[in-house]
Amino acid sequence: MDWEKILSAIILGGLILFLYPRMRKEAKDAPKGTADDWKGVLFPLLGVVLFIVFLIMMAKS
Amino acid sequence: MNQFGNAVARSESQILSTNKLIKNTYILLSMTLLFSAGIAGVAMVMNVPPLGFLVTLVGYIGLLFLTAKLRNSVWGLVSVFAFTGFMGLTLGPIINLYLNTFANGDQLVMTAMGGTGIIFLSLSGYALTTRKDFSFMGGFLLTGIMVMLGAVILSMFVNIPGLQLAISAVVVLLMSGFILYDTSRMVNGGETNYIMATVSLYINIYMLFTHLLHLLGAFAGED
Repeated sequence: MDWEKILSAIILGGLILFLYPRMRKEAKDAPKGTADDWKGVLFPLLGVVLFIVFLIMMAKS
Repeated sequence: MNQFGNAVARSESQILSTNKLIKNTYILLSMTLLFSAGIAGVAMVMNVPPLGFLVTLVGYIGLLFLTAKLRNSVWGLVSVFAFTGFMGLTLGPIINLYLNTFANGDQLVMTAMGGTGIIFLSLSGYALTTRKDFSFMGGFLLTGIMVMLGAVILSMFVNIPGLQLAISAVVVLLMSGFILYDTSRMVNGGETNYIMATVSLYINIYMLFTHLLHLLGAFAGED
């Protein structure tokens, strides 16, 4: 196990600790999404998934 | 009546400042993407070796914090070009690796580039035209990023088959969510600084491209 891996892991761990309070604040303060709000996100993301499957199939052929 | 007039004037000025923010952000984003692509091209031609995970991480986080610190001054523009130039420098060796490893490497790179462009324009266009407020996704997306960072740390020490691919698949979905979230923050007043808005969208595009390329390489790469 080399020192570069350990140092990278420490930096990434530090980043998690840095982001954690912001995540807590966002989770607490941000408006709660309704079922309709989440539908407005899920449909575009489903489109992205299908598009990526299409890209993979296109690149394979 | 006077109050009504003031409210209309304020609302008009808000719309104007939002439109100005969106215009400035997309102009700066286009310029930084071109700059970054140019640097990546130079790195490819000069056969620059991969910078290594640690150097990339330190440069990425350092320049990101520097840009955030300088976001309200003209030096913020210099910093954003330094940041995107550095990201371009890290991208050159990655693209070279795909071109040299896979027989259809050029097709994979072009497909990833085109796919990233289409996904970004579609999602950003969707958030811009519907003007929906996606701020409710903030906690969810940040939690996702933290889980991904944890998974990256795990993948550095434990060899779990398929973990890298799973990380790439989730990052692609997270970045798609972030494109909606960051664009909506510009439209709905959550972000008022065009330098930070540009950096956010740039990171989304960069991460989307590299992880889409990884997925394409894994599923459609020919030796």
